[in-house]
Amino acid sequence: MRLRLERREHTPAWFGLALPLAAVLATLVLCAGLIVLAGANVFTAYASLFLSAVSSKFNLVETVVKAAPLVFTGLAVAVAFRAKFWNIGAEGQLLAGAMAAAFVGAREGMPDWSLVPTMILAGAAAGALWAALPALLKTRYKVDDVVTTLLLNFVIFYIMTALLDGPWKDPLSGYPDSPDIRMEAEFPILMRATRLHLGVLLALLAAPAVWWVMRRTTLGFAIRVVGENPTAARYGGHNITAVILVTALLSGALAGLAGVGEVGGLHFQVMAGLSPGYGYTGIVIAMLARLNPLGVLPAAFFFAVVVTGAESMSRATGVPVFLADVIQGTALISMLVALLFTNYRLRVVGSGHV
Amino acid sequence: MTTAMSSPPLLAMRGIRKSFGAVWANDDVDLTLWPGDILGLLGENGAGKTTLMNVLFGVYSADAGRIEIAGKPVVIRDSADAIGCGIGMVHQHFHLVPRHTVLENLMVGRKGRHGRLDRAAARRRLDGIATRYRLRLDADALVGDLTIGEQQRLEIVKALFQGARILILDEPTAALTPQEAEGLFDALRAMSREGMGVIFISHKLNEVRAVTNRVMVMRQGVVVAPETDPRKTSERELAELMCGHELTPPVKPATEPGRVLLRLSGLRTSGEGQRGLRDVSLEVRAGEVLGIAGVSGNGQRELADVVAGVLAPSAGTIEVDGRPVPRPSPRTMQELGIGRIPEDRLGTGLVTGLPLSDSMVLPWIGRPPFSRRGVLDRGAIRAFVEEQMARYGIHAAGPEARTGTLSGGNLQKALLARELAHDPLVVLASQPTRGLDVAAAEFVHRRFLDLRGRDRAILLISEDLEELFALSDRIAVMYEGRIMAVLPIAEATVQRVGLMMTGVSEAA
Repeated sequence: MRLRLERREHTPAWFGLALPLAAVLATLVLCAGLIVLAGANVFTAYASLFLSAVSSKFNLVETVVKAAPLVFTGLAVAVAFRAKFWNIGAEGQLLAGAMAAAFVGAREGMPDWSLVPTMILAGAAAGALWAALPALLKTRYKVDDVVTTLLLNFVIFYIMTALLDGPWKDPLSGYPDSPDIRMEAEFPILMRATRLHLGVLLALLAAPAVWWVMRRTTLGFAIRVVGENPTAARYGGHNITAVILVTALLSGALAGLAGVGEVGGLHFQVMAGLSPGYGYTGIVIAMLARLNPLGVLPAAFFFAVVVTGAESMSRATGVPVFLADVIQGTALISMLVALLFTNYRLRVVGSGHV
Repeated sequence: MTTAMSSPPLLAMRGIRKSFGAVWANDDVDLTLWPGDILGLLGENGAGKTTLMNVLFGVYSADAGRIEIAGKPVVIRDSADAIGCGIGMVHQHFHLVPRHTVLENLMVGRKGRHGRLDRAAARRRLDGIATRYRLRLDADALVGDLTIGEQQRLEIVKALFQGARILILDEPTAALTPQEAEGLFDALRAMSREGMGVIFISHKLNEVRAVTNRVMVMRQGVVVAPETDPRKTSERELAELMCGHELTPPVKPATEPGRVLLRLSGLRTSGEGQRGLRDVSLEVRAGEVLGIAGVSGNGQRELADVVAGVLAPSAGTIEVDGRPVPRPSPRTMQELGIGRIPEDRLGTGLVTGLPLSDSMVLPWIGRPPFSRRGVLDRGAIRAFVEEQMARYGIHAAGPEARTGTLSGGNLQKALLARELAHDPLVVLASQPTRGLDVAAAEFVHRRFLDLRGRDRAILLISEDLEELFALSDRIAVMYEGRIMAVLPIAEATVQRVGLMMTGVSEAA
């Protein structure tokens, strides 16, 4: 007896929900081994990991706030991957957006009311431009987008570090932090005594908006067709170069907004640890959501729970917080394996059969 | 059945069942192959031929049934098992390494003794096979330099090299010239004399009748005629067995060609060698089918790409309905009324991974009623697709069914529906019936003749001479990017056209 993969003709509709759930379940089972190795009880550890993040109103709001940048980067990746523009650079586009927001937010002499909208626009534009660079290289010179988007993350990170160690360095303390943005540039808080800021609302609205663009507009149609079969798209009269460029701009703008929210709503400045890898987590989120913009919401929430819950799990059980990273990586691999089953089925081949 | 019935058959498949979801692709299918048999396996697309062969070759595992080779039950779990059982398969698409020589391709996957490849022994074996079956090949030629016919010969030799006693050929003559096809049939007859068995799958019924000694017909997963004598059954009878109802051939009424709808003058493309157009001038008139004959790779694809607006010519002009097209692009050509039935349905036409409805509005998505100011009208798209599905008899689970799940015939109908719905002036059709069964092919032909009757122009590029002769008013022969001649149908014969396809000019 042995197992073999066979192409399947139809993918059942319920797979859309079942595959991510199965992948998450597989991840938790796989990571349980590590918890045992760390000398903790698996159930206690998972209980504190998942329950602490939602146990109180305060913790829940904090988790939602953490989810906001993940929603944006998840959407950024979901849009790009639909067109098979392999944007691994949401991390860098996020930093570009954050820097633009910090720059605009600290400007004196602009009318107070214009600060927040200008920050949002500038951050989106900066992210879009940073994503346009690899898109131009791809469409014009056929340079591999995986490589360029990934490497540009490091380029912009070091540009940011140079700014923080140079022009933006705090002249008094000497800390590598950018100057704080003006009070008037801070995002309004939506719920008293919490950190629930405007950026969270934008993230929540962005998901259905992106879904609408992808499903109900000719642009979304073109993005899907170019991703699935660029040759048929070209013969059908679609301009592939333009579609990939617009996709990159849209994707980069979304990632840039993740950075804007972090600066405008949370940190009010740029510092080296601004993003603990939100751009990369966005890839896992987009895959778990099967590139569906609406699916990005629960997927981002799940990882926000894991990231915030890891702290209290660590305090309660002594399991290192790095488990959160392992869960992310394992979830990505599990989901990639699970996606195999959209096109294939597993068959047990007995020796008695042909 | 020349061999004594007492010896066991080369191959016996018994009670093969295989389902995909609720559909039985094979339902209790028996197949017997005797030594010396050339068995024609016929059936429409989706009749279950390919599934049956995939079960035999270990691609699918059957839900039930057994396979015996020379009287002994065997278990075939993958292609390696199948090759081990002496089964060789030549697919429509070749599995060769273009940058390697013929000999090297034969040695791919063979284990050498003590980790070394024995070239001299392989060369002797190749020579032996070549003389025995009249399958001549230059052992040191690069596969990339071989013609399609030679590459296919290599695939057959490869199967024999691996010790095949049973050879499966899936649509083997689709890309061959008439002369090459004759050569293939000679080789098959030689194998038959040696006591081998051949399973020959083809939609070209004249060839099936010419080369096979037995025919088995499948329909909707079951065998409807297990044992038919091809010599006593006409092509039409075979076709009717396949589709299960009577067929009447389309008639081509006389028309008077009208004004020139498509004029190509002095077209050149910058392709290398034979892969480019060399001074191509053609006219297609209203109410006319202009056929383009030629062995694949002689510029037909480039010609189609230029007319589709995908490939920019380096010289020459294109006129549609008297108006010059200075800067052709896919969009301008569509807007000028060029409908395009591409050679490669799934490659350049439809999108496998998307719903059928998306595939069917792909070129028209940017205009009403399908979208307004960039916003899609899902209702209008759905209504259009449902209407076309009903009109053309496209069988699919619905407008939202994934395009890739449709059969070849239904895909072609979907393409036709898409391109003809917007009433094109000129239809550019490349290999429009390749891989289609008789009923689907006749459907396509009927649509073309219908367009011809409504004063549209059809540029028909085909490697199927029978199709060209049945539909064309004039036939142009292409060789190495040039038009060898344009013959009125009354003056064209298979012999003349076949010779020109190989580059023999009549003037010389």
